[in-house]
Amino acid sequence: MIWLVTGWPQAVQLALTHLALSLPAIILSVLIALPLGVLANRRPQFGGALLSSAGLLYAIPALPLLIIVPALLGIPLRSPVTMVVVLTVYGFALLVRSVADAFGAVDQTVRRAAVAIGHSPRAVFWQVELPLAVPVILSGVRVVVVSTIGLVTIGALVGISSLGTLFTDGFQRGIVEEVLTGMVLTVVLAMLLDTVVVIAGRILTPWTRASRPGREKADRHLTASAEVHR
Amino acid sequence: MTLLFETLAWLNDSARWAGSNGITQRLLEHLAVTAGVVLVGAAIALPVGITVGHTHRGRTVVAALAGAARAIPTLGLLTILGLALGIGLQAPVLALIVLAVPSLLAGAYAGVENVSPATVDAARASGMSELQIIVLVELPLAAPIILGGVRAATLQVVATATLAAYVADVGLGRYLYAGLKTRDYPQMLAGAVLLMILALLLELLLSAVQRAGRRVASPSGSQLPHHA
Repeated sequence: MIWLVTGWPQAVQLALTHLALSLPAIILSVLIALPLGVLANRRPQFGGALLSSAGLLYAIPALPLLIIVPALLGIPLRSPVTMVVVLTVYGFALLVRSVADAFGAVDQTVRRAAVAIGHSPRAVFWQVELPLAVPVILSGVRVVVVSTIGLVTIGALVGISSLGTLFTDGFQRGIVEEVLTGMVLTVVLAMLLDTVVVIAGRILTPWTRASRPGREKADRHLTASAEVHR
Repeated sequence: MTLLFETLAWLNDSARWAGSNGITQRLLEHLAVTAGVVLVGAAIALPVGITVGHTHRGRTVVAALAGAARAIPTLGLLTILGLALGIGLQAPVLALIVLAVPSLLAGAYAGVENVSPATVDAARASGMSELQIIVLVELPLAAPIILGGVRAATLQVVATATLAAYVADVGLGRYLYAGLKTRDYPQMLAGAVLLMILALLLELLLSAVQRAGRRVASPSGSQLPHHA
């Protein structure tokens, strides 16, 4: 407990830095993946190519990408911008498939019914398809949140501060407690953000509380599609 | 631009590829660690996952465990094991197995569980033993999803094996750390490019394997499993 007494303020500071790197990346990936995922679902040919390239992007290891991105963009190696770009790339690659799947899973009869009662194409999208796609999209966002929070720690290896700094610093100084603190805080941070997404999802989709099958479908989708297929 | 040329020059030096500390050797080490970890992970995860999928029991426990293991930051696990076990291969190999198991497990139980109960009942009614049902019916039908898990695990391991060089002098990650330490950007970038190419080649190879698995699951090409 000796390290914790002196190191706690630093740990809190690093947790805040960690959040400051993760949040913009998560928001950016959602903003980019939503329109492209919708497009991928509407134009299967473009969609196939986009989802395959997203799969390849996701296959690139994180540490090499942290080194390649600054060289490509001409920004300094240790810049937080590098980290945000890398995290956004992975977040987008994960999420674009969830978005395409989410819109693909919208019941066509529901869509046709909306058209039949006179909804404009715009209204069909905003009032019918998007709300119905939200649960599956949110299960994708949850995967992105947890993986992003974990990935930020890798940045410590190239000198971008985050809770990962507690790992490298603790390893070099041989302080197990410091590494453990970093691990616990990383997991807690991921769980906190995940809870925020779950609560946001409940607020966005009040109807799912009435019908459990819809929620189970989204959960099954999370394991079968996002975890296995990435 | 100069950086690009310096990186290419670094990669083009044949002296760097040969020898006991050359790129070829490091590449083989990287692949050997990856293959070993995935094999050990599969030996642990597949029997458990298949049992859970076949009996439909313990899914919640396994899913919770896999989810928790997934949330652990690998670099943290690697450094803490490094501190506990000392410099060497044990720490990264253990950390990588913990990383590989959740994907393998999820693929195995999701795949077997997804096999239509009617098909399993039909096999049972025609007199197959439980073992025959698993080997002859469920595994072929679950092949695409199980292979999806293997693919995800392999890619995670090959990527994270890069971190192994942080606590053990093994694999291609070495060039990144050496480059970082000496501020030798061309060396770092060359290592990064090599790792990226390796991961992309593996991804292409494994997606071809997964497509082959899909043909095993449905030779006629009809009834493609939805999630695969």
